[in-house]
Amino acid sequence: MKNMNLNLLVWRQKDAGSKGKMESYIAENISLDMSFLEMLDQVNEDLIKKGLDPIEFDSDCREGICGACGVVVNGQVHGPQRATTVCQLYMRNFKDKDKIVIEPFRARAFPVIRDLVIDRSSFDRIIMAGGYISVNTGGAPDANSIPVAKEIVDKAMDAAACIGCGACVAACPNASASLFTAAKISHLALLPQGKIERKKRAEKMVSQMDKEGFGDCSNIGECEAACPKEISISHIARMKREYFRAVVDEIEK
Amino acid sequence: MLPVFTALRSSVGKKILMAMTAFSLVLFVVVHLLGNLKLLSRNSNAFNIYAHKMMSLGGLLYVAEIGLLLLFLTHIIIAGLIFIGKRNARPVGYYMNKRLCKPGYNFIGSTTMIYTGAMILIFLVVHLMHFKFGPGIKDGYIKEVDGKSVRDLHRLVVEGFQSFWYVSFYTAVISLLGIHLSHGFWSAFQSLGINHPRYTPLILGVGILIAITLSLGFISLPVLLYFIG
Ligand code: HEM
Ligand code: FES
Repeated sequence: MKNMNLNLLVWRQKDAGSKGKMESYIAENISLDMSFLEMLDQVNEDLIKKGLDPIEFDSDCREGICGACGVVVNGQVHGPQRATTVCQLYMRNFKDKDKIVIEPFRARAFPVIRDLVIDRSSFDRIIMAGGYISVNTGGAPDANSIPVAKEIVDKAMDAAACIGCGACVAACPNASASLFTAAKISHLALLPQGKIERKKRAEKMVSQMDKEGFGDCSNIGECEAACPKEISISHIARMKREYFRAVVDEIEK
Repeated sequence: MLPVFTALRSSVGKKILMAMTAFSLVLFVVVHLLGNLKLLSRNSNAFNIYAHKMMSLGGLLYVAEIGLLLLFLTHIIIAGLIFIGKRNARPVGYYMNKRLCKPGYNFIGSTTMIYTGAMILIFLVVHLMHFKFGPGIKDGYIKEVDGKSVRDLHRLVVEGFQSFWYVSFYTAVISLLGIHLSHGFWSAFQSLGINHPRYTPLILGVGILIAITLSLGFISLPVLLYFIG
């Protein structure tokens, strides 16, 4: 297959304080075997050669496991291919002369730092509020010393697949972080090591999520459709049950 | 650590209130429809008899009305809070935005809840002005029930439904209520934490069935009364 030329429309913003705007670029001589981010790398090389500022974007592993990357491509979070981070999106999904609109994830709690780079520390603060288990350091416990039923492991693993990329927030019409928070609460609440702190965790993480200025969940399901790890909104229902548990526990006291 | 009041103000709590008021409102709407069906009775006084029975509940009716008002208010206020929250949560929108939506969920309903809801609210005001606070005995709408003079609600309804515009407005708003419920029903379960791989698809289906049945039920009245008189 011949290499392609593409018309890009990209969000450019100098820093958090300035107003950004969409700008046009031409991506020349793009191979179909490139990833979306490699395409941007090549555009950036051309820009640098011309003495212009490259388009800034986040990435790290480039194999769909770290959660660093994430942009909105033609109105779709992480691009047109389902269950795929944008670093794993390949240019064979596009045709010669295609127009490609590239924007950062949009949410008050994800302020743009520069171009396509956003600040996702609101997610870190949700994790810090309770997305952990408290254990003393020491020798690693023996593997399989705590038996866990297969169905439970499966569910916990489904939730643990969350890479914290923020696609759920970006796709949600309300900019809600419910799927992310629910995945973390759900993952830990299902496992015996996590059960001990489940009530405090649900309460703290939900209240931190609310404080960060995300929207409420209206059960629309865009998050599940956009999630590169296909995490189900059934975990959001579990988060609600975990939260009720914390409230009921309070009434009992 | 987690007082109930604080919990109800959280994002989870707001949706619990939303779902509980929503379920109560659905129940109210179902009972309302069953009552209205009396309008189709061959006895043109059947609806008045029913209405009279309701009126003679006295104090109990006031309690029910205040309860209903509170349900609506809670539902509407939280709907407003969610809407404002959503506006605040994304100050800069997308240049291009495609909805994907997981197949099976319905985004026509889910993303228009505030608009369909607002139309229901406008309808509610018109509806109450027309019937609850509209013309009564002193305006000549009199019928006899059990030897007492009561307000002839049957005639008021039938006359209202002779207007093409009123029938159209009514039909349109009730269709919007159907759309509201096509998402609202399953959504209320999800808001309460009820989600199950086997039953959730069933709840989705039942919700759509309820939405269609209720809409058709309500719409049948003006349409039948308009064409048959
Ligand atoms: C009177 C004006 C009304 C307004 C403004 C309104 C507004 C809304 C809004 C915005 C939502 C979505 C909440 C969210 O985003 O999570 C909603 C949910 C819902 N509404 Fe309404 N609504 C109204 C009346 C009604 C009525 C009359 C019914 C019942 C027949 C109803 C049933 C529902 C249901 C079942 C839900 C789903 C609750 C949930 O998601 O937990 N609404 N309403
Ligand atoms: S760069 Fe690690 S997931 Fe995309």
